[in-house]
Amino acid sequence: MNILSQPKKDQAMVSNEDDRQAVYVAPSADVESTDVGYVIRAEMPGVEKDGLEITVDRGELIILGRRKPIEVTGELIYREIRPHDFRRVYELAPSIDSTKITANIDQGILTVTLPKAETVKPRKIAVQ
Amino acid sequence: MHIVRYRHYPQSDLSAALDRLTNMRAEMDRVFESTGSFSASPAPLSRWNPAVNVYQDKDRFTVVVELPGLKKEEIEISLHDDTLTIAGERKREESSEQEFLTERLYGKFQRSLTLPTAVDAEKVKASYKDGLLQVELPKAEEAKPKQIEVALK
Repeated sequence: MNILSQPKKDQAMVSNEDDRQAVYVAPSADVESTDVGYVIRAEMPGVEKDGLEITVDRGELIILGRRKPIEVTGELIYREIRPHDFRRVYELAPSIDSTKITANIDQGILTVTLPKAETVKPRKIAVQ
Repeated sequence: MHIVRYRHYPQSDLSAALDRLTNMRAEMDRVFESTGSFSASPAPLSRWNPAVNVYQDKDRFTVVVELPGLKKEEIEISLHDDTLTIAGERKREESSEQEFLTERLYGKFQRSLTLPTAVDAEKVKASYKDGLLQVELPKAEEAKPKQIEVALK
């Protein structure tokens, strides 16, 4: 299967409407293909429902997750967690019914379900 | 069947190679990025190693670990002397589906962190929300910074 999405770059510079330059990280994501559609599971720790923005625009699925700032008292003495928000773009095949896309987030995993459009089964046509 | 149309970018192979290098670099950054006397177990490059932040104020240490997609029961937290160990396993969902594109890492993980000062094991608390594990380790009384009166004669 050939899945191509915005490459999982370390950081992507995107300028938004405010003309600020936002730095994003592409979340690690698994994509599963089933008979009825696709499922994307993307890791977005620190993101809750309010921080999600999922858009379908011109055949592209754009998932954006804004992290809630980590609420901790004290000084940061050791850092591995990258604080950037998450963003990733997928190009949708025409077989996906974009009006039926659903999403939810639980413990930092965003699950997006993309149903394929009802395929028209081969049918006999009565000859008049 | 494609989820995306294949767009032929001449540099797509190069991007894939750069991704791999970037991920490796990120892993190496994590091993070397450390301030002060704090020590964390070295992370082998090939295994899943959740990212960790450590905070300190005068009363406590707080350790935050990125562990998306787990259940509370799957996370083990233990403290031995002043070494905190967080371990668990992320299991793959059983699935008979035909095609997978897998980027997420699965399997067992373990991180051990030795804290620079003594903590009160009885008072350690942990919570797990939005895929972030937060462990609070109050410092042992003797280890807290104290104000000492110095009489100047």
